[in-house]
Amino acid sequence: MAGAPLLSLRGLTRRFGGLTAVDGIDLDLGQGELVSIIGPNGAGKTTLFNLVTGLDRPDEGEVRLDGKDITGLAPEKLAGIGIARTFQLGRVFGNLSVMDNVLIGAHARLRAVKPAVPLIGPLLELGLALLRPSSVKAEEEGLREEVRRILARFGERLLPRIDQPAYSLSYANRRRVEIARALALKPRLLLLDEPTAGMNPTETAEMQALIAELKAAGLTILLIEHKLDMVMRLSDRVMVMDEGKKIAEGAGEEVRRDPNVIEAYLGHGLSQAAHDEPEEVA
Amino acid sequence: MSSWLDYTINGLIVGNVYALVAVGLALIFGVSRLINFAQGSIYLVGAYIGWVAVVQLQTPLLVTIVLVATAAAVVGLIIERFGLRPLQNSVRIAPLLATIGISFVLDQLVMLTFSPNPRALPSQLPDIRFQVGQGTIGPLDILIAAVGTGSALLLFVFLRYTKLGWAVRATAQDRDAAMQMGVDVNRVNQAVFGIAAALGGVSGMLVGMYYNQIDTAMSLQATLKGVVAEVVGGAGNVPGAVVGSMLLGLVESYGVAVFGTSYRNLFAFLLLILVLVLRPNGLFASARQAPPEPLTGTFIAPSRPVRIPPWALVITAGLFALLPLFPVSDYLLQTLINAWLLGMLALSLTLVAGTVGQVSLGHAALLAIGAYTSALLSLNFSLPVGLAIICGGLMTAALGTLLISPSFRLRGHYVSIATLAIGEIVSLVILNWESVTHGPIGVSGIPPLSLFGYELVSAASVYWFSFAVMVLLALLQVRLLTSHLGRSFRAIRDDDVAARAYGLSLNRYKSLAFIFGGFAAGVSGGIAAHLYSYINHETFNTQQSILALTIVILGGLGNVAGAIVGAVALVGLPEAFRIAAEYRILIYGIVLLLLVRFRPQGLLGTI
Amino acid sequence: MNGSVASTEPILRLSNVNTFYGQAQAHFDLSIDVPRGHIVCLLGGNASGKSTTMKIILGLVRPRSGEVIFDGASTLGLSTPQIVRRGIASVPEARRLFAEMSVRENILMGAFVRNDSAEIARDLERVLGLFPKLGQRLSQRAGLLSGGEQQMVAMARALMSRPRMIVMDEPTMGLSPLYVDRVLELIRTINREGVSIFMVEQNASLALEIAHEAHVLQTGRIVLSGPARELKDDPRVRDAYLGGADAA
Repeated sequence: MAGAPLLSLRGLTRRFGGLTAVDGIDLDLGQGELVSIIGPNGAGKTTLFNLVTGLDRPDEGEVRLDGKDITGLAPEKLAGIGIARTFQLGRVFGNLSVMDNVLIGAHARLRAVKPAVPLIGPLLELGLALLRPSSVKAEEEGLREEVRRILARFGERLLPRIDQPAYSLSYANRRRVEIARALALKPRLLLLDEPTAGMNPTETAEMQALIAELKAAGLTILLIEHKLDMVMRLSDRVMVMDEGKKIAEGAGEEVRRDPNVIEAYLGHGLSQAAHDEPEEVA
Repeated sequence: MSSWLDYTINGLIVGNVYALVAVGLALIFGVSRLINFAQGSIYLVGAYIGWVAVVQLQTPLLVTIVLVATAAAVVGLIIERFGLRPLQNSVRIAPLLATIGISFVLDQLVMLTFSPNPRALPSQLPDIRFQVGQGTIGPLDILIAAVGTGSALLLFVFLRYTKLGWAVRATAQDRDAAMQMGVDVNRVNQAVFGIAAALGGVSGMLVGMYYNQIDTAMSLQATLKGVVAEVVGGAGNVPGAVVGSMLLGLVESYGVAVFGTSYRNLFAFLLLILVLVLRPNGLFASARQAPPEPLTGTFIAPSRPVRIPPWALVITAGLFALLPLFPVSDYLLQTLINAWLLGMLALSLTLVAGTVGQVSLGHAALLAIGAYTSALLSLNFSLPVGLAIICGGLMTAALGTLLISPSFRLRGHYVSIATLAIGEIVSLVILNWESVTHGPIGVSGIPPLSLFGYELVSAASVYWFSFAVMVLLALLQVRLLTSHLGRSFRAIRDDDVAARAYGLSLNRYKSLAFIFGGFAAGVSGGIAAHLYSYINHETFNTQQSILALTIVILGGLGNVAGAIVGAVALVGLPEAFRIAAEYRILIYGIVLLLLVRFRPQGLLGTI
Repeated sequence: MNGSVASTEPILRLSNVNTFYGQAQAHFDLSIDVPRGHIVCLLGGNASGKSTTMKIILGLVRPRSGEVIFDGASTLGLSTPQIVRRGIASVPEARRLFAEMSVRENILMGAFVRNDSAEIARDLERVLGLFPKLGQRLSQRAGLLSGGEQQMVAMARALMSRPRMIVMDEPTMGLSPLYVDRVLELIRTINREGVSIFMVEQNASLALEIAHEAHVLQTGRIVLSGPARELKDDPRVRDAYLGGADAA
């Protein structure tokens, strides 16, 4: 990992009543790296994502982006500094067209129609939206062009459906729209929460190829996934969580052979030989 | 009534009554996550059945109570079985709207059967008072306390010692696990509705006796008070509802002691808003719990809107514009003028409730703010009417947004409750702020509509003016919806968690929607003020808010053309069929119920 | 004990079940048999479709195609309460006790489908005999108990309906080693009395200790099946969870 990390988590902790969902997590993510987070059910992976993306505040610890403290900042602000995320099972805007869904991704980048003026900013935005001077029109047109280019990455899957409402799309397409929306934000950091959940092997392979492309283009990615072969092939590093704690970190193959990891997934004792026989049926 | 002990006793007695309503609401919410807006109507039904029993059948007190409880329970069972169970798999907003529709229908049925005039409901108890310390209590106080305590005891025994009672508790705590134990959730819902209705009906009867008066306005008040008590105690929390009710009764009683009777409701609603903003889970919930599971999925019925070709719209608009040139009666023009004014309100509400998903039940308050601002500016400062109306719009945009802003952090049904309360607060402030609004006397002698010095005297001129304003607002709204704001609003409606993740600040965009919608509603109110020449705090009431909501759903949530079509339909058709005024509201309620059940996306589809 | 159909027929049969959540497919032609009186385990990692299998059996989710046959009769289209009345009891994931009700009330809720109060009272005694520790906690609110104690309550609750089959969703998750042993022992004891058990588990080694047969589920498909004894030493089980060189 060259240079200072882009994303840096230190001692991140979140408790819910008596349960510690995330327990003192440290992690560094360098520019252009793809790091995967894996672990059994209930390990705290999505909670960790929520802490990094502002949906939830940590009880302890800090999150830094490029050295700057972003702990506890609201999700709206994080979108503005280039953090994009997708959600488990996908959260597209069902009644909006594919085009509109992806355009929302670029919302934080609007400048002409959303001047960053304090106090009267919102009123200016309203006025500009109604009046639509040429600068606003140009910005909107430019963004639409960009959306078409992003959708083109998905071949013929999304472009022909660009004006259809998202609820009418197949599940796999909806998840692709989610990724397209994230790309429209022009993120510095992309967090993907189980992007292939519920997809069949073909769809999974396509998604895997897309993620590999994004990585090759230099995007920094944090990935939660359960399909471990995919994880092994894509990741520079893998972090394993269990019961809120980090139990292993390293290259994919190392982690897969780590006895702690095997135990966390399979339970103690499977790697050993002798056991009692189960009772014979009466 | 003078001593503090008297006020305390009064507070506790009234609290008892509220508790009967609130416990019913809590039971229903606990089991089905629904806020039953029809609870107050059942309360009303109870009061009137009590009247029939006492005045016409002359039954002894105990029999009356049993009769009222049974009749109310039956009403509750019917509501659950036919009004709500068919909606089990509908969109989330459907049961909320259904209970609103049911309350309309029930209230109107009572009013049609008994006439809207208040009646006396004697308590058949001796009129003596006992000395208690510094204060006094009468037999009715004791009766209410006895019924309250008795009901609590019965409920406790039911929940603790009967199989059905256990099923109710289990379902409220974990519905899926209850089903896995073999609990029939439908039966549980039935039982809970029946119990809640019985409690509500009896409390209506008791209140009627307490004040020796019953009238149809009781219904909404009861629902609101019950909801306040329930929210304060924590939604779904039955003991909490009892404590919340007592607290509410005391707060009201002391508020009246210090400020006077007309402030009673004001305190109740302020308490509600305070609790919703600071402790939305009620006073007894712990502060830092696990973050609530983000509500997902679309909240309106996904549908493809009916696409009306632009030429058809232009032609229709043209026809309506030319209408006064034909030999039509002034009466028809007046009807359509009402439709245009209501259409402006509907435009405003369809933006806020349809496009942004904030189902506001207090929208008529915006009319009131616009009306009063315009009227007072033209009367007190001799502002030209046209300018006054615009100022009315601007004031409503600003003040309306500010007042509704506490509801921005809320979700789902709580938005509706909060906006309903805010609407009532506005009405009460207008009533009480006599130095500015002239209080109950109202504002009279409002200058008639005039434009650039020319008075709009003829029906035709008023027609053209209001039609033009409405069309202008509609066009502006369409322009708004086709801009980046349109998709931003709808994104917030569809999934506010994802919207935030992509940079949309909820407060900012909800405010913008209310600013724009507030302007439209304020202008409508302003025009109405100059048209009617007299307004008071009752001119723009909750009934209008709900009528506006019905129009918006009829036309299709978020659908601009739909809002206008809905307004014309709901104002025009009853006139066309010469339906008497008393039956109209009943029809609106039925229309709402039918829409919710069979066509939630409305005539022209949601956008 | 409770045999009605010929005892060679499996008590539960899932046959070519295909399940969808919207358009995401969770099961691909799933077929599993639970022989009468056996303990059968369904293993698999996250997102394998294990919990969905439980939901199919209990009628909480309907498959798009395929059959679910309990004791010779199809359960498709029946509501969950109806399925439970046929003789299936459930120990849900994370216990799902009624937190505000007492331990005693929770256990008795298990007998909700029954009406014979005298017999129920007797069964309560018997069940408390199997779970002696609970006797001291009968009047405590169930939400206050530890995870292991709650699991005891959940299992006691399941026994109260005199089921012919119990389905358990990850019964050892989140439990301390002491309670894990207890739970496994109890499962064996219950099974010895003739109750068939269908168990979904993430912890393969524990499950394979007590099961008769096991199936391994990976993204909605059974990739491995057989007697537990054989699977225990089979490296392919590990591969199915963590992916191997040849895994797809």
